[in-house]
Amino acid sequence: MVEYVLLLIGTVLVNNFVLVKFLGLCPFMGVSNKLESAIGMSMATTFVMTVASLCSYLVNQYLLAPVGLEYLRTLSFILVIAVVVQFTEMVVRKTSPTLYRMLGIFLPLITTNCAVLGVALLNVNEHHNFIDSIVYGFGAALGFSLVLIMFSAMRERIAAADVPAPFKGASIAMITAGLMSLAFMGFTGLVK
Amino acid sequence: MSFLLIAVIILTGLGLVFGLLLGYASIKFKVKEDPVAEKIDLLLPQTQCGQCGYPGCRPYAEAVANGDDITKCAPGGKATIEQIADLLSVPIPDNSNNDDIVIKKVAFIIEDDCIGCTKCIQACPVDAILGTTKQMHTVIIDECTGCDLCVEPCPVDCIEMIPVAQTTKNWNWQLNAIPFKQLES
Repeated sequence: MVEYVLLLIGTVLVNNFVLVKFLGLCPFMGVSNKLESAIGMSMATTFVMTVASLCSYLVNQYLLAPVGLEYLRTLSFILVIAVVVQFTEMVVRKTSPTLYRMLGIFLPLITTNCAVLGVALLNVNEHHNFIDSIVYGFGAALGFSLVLIMFSAMRERIAAADVPAPFKGASIAMITAGLMSLAFMGFTGLVK
Repeated sequence: MSFLLIAVIILTGLGLVFGLLLGYASIKFKVKEDPVAEKIDLLLPQTQCGQCGYPGCRPYAEAVANGDDITKCAPGGKATIEQIADLLSVPIPDNSNNDDIVIKKVAFIIEDDCIGCTKCIQACPVDAILGTTKQMHTVIIDECTGCDLCVEPCPVDCIEMIPVAQTTKNWNWQLNAIPFKQLES
């Protein structure tokens, strides 16, 4: 049990996907203008990442590995992620229109989020077992959500702040992201 | 060789299973669209110009079905408003008491100033602008819906919106204003 907690904390803070591994930067910059949409995106990503890391583990372990097709991993994982996203969108649309209105436009965006593919591939690289994979996927998504929501909250403040003209807009956002990344470096060594 | 074959079979099988899953899901989780929104969408001009404040015709149709104003479609003009009012059996909103009576306008390119940058062509939702790179552009007046979208991208401001003079050709004659039915003798 302790092992899973450590893995979770390690993924969320120490090896944060966005700020330390630099995966999923596109939604990090793109959807962080408004806190509301950042929260929607975080929820959708959390769900998809957890499920995709589970499914891709199963596909790798029981379909690709037994016949020595490891070199087709990337290809099949992209397929798995696309299907998971599409399926989720259909189910959410049918079962909960409110949730669909909140997550609907973000779901297709997640298909191309490299953090999702990153989780699936890193799971294989680090020889995670079934539960490890789920915890790792969930942790990665949690870390992504944490950073995205914090960043969007900061950007909302910055939008109202008196920023010097040359730094307005994207430039100050980049600087903020860099500073956040520096701050997250401080967690290095927290969990081995 | 069998090595290759296994790879092909596995991937095909994976694709097939996922395809079937999605196909099943699309039937099982089919969402009924609002039929009214569907009908309104058919009446809208589908220029996707966004002047109504919605990202396209379909979202506006849904908004109207949920009770939004029916007068927001500029390219559709009065004709569309009348059709939607007819469909929803609501009275046609009377805009004679406010000042901004919609005058139909078309885009006009001041051809001497045109540098041939094709930016307005890309902006036009109805392909009403003719021309090519470094050649002068011009507007096909009959196709232009007066949506204003080409004015903004023009780098030399050579596009003007000019009101169309009322002629016998474009006057709304309403020849079928009184519906009649031929009775069989």
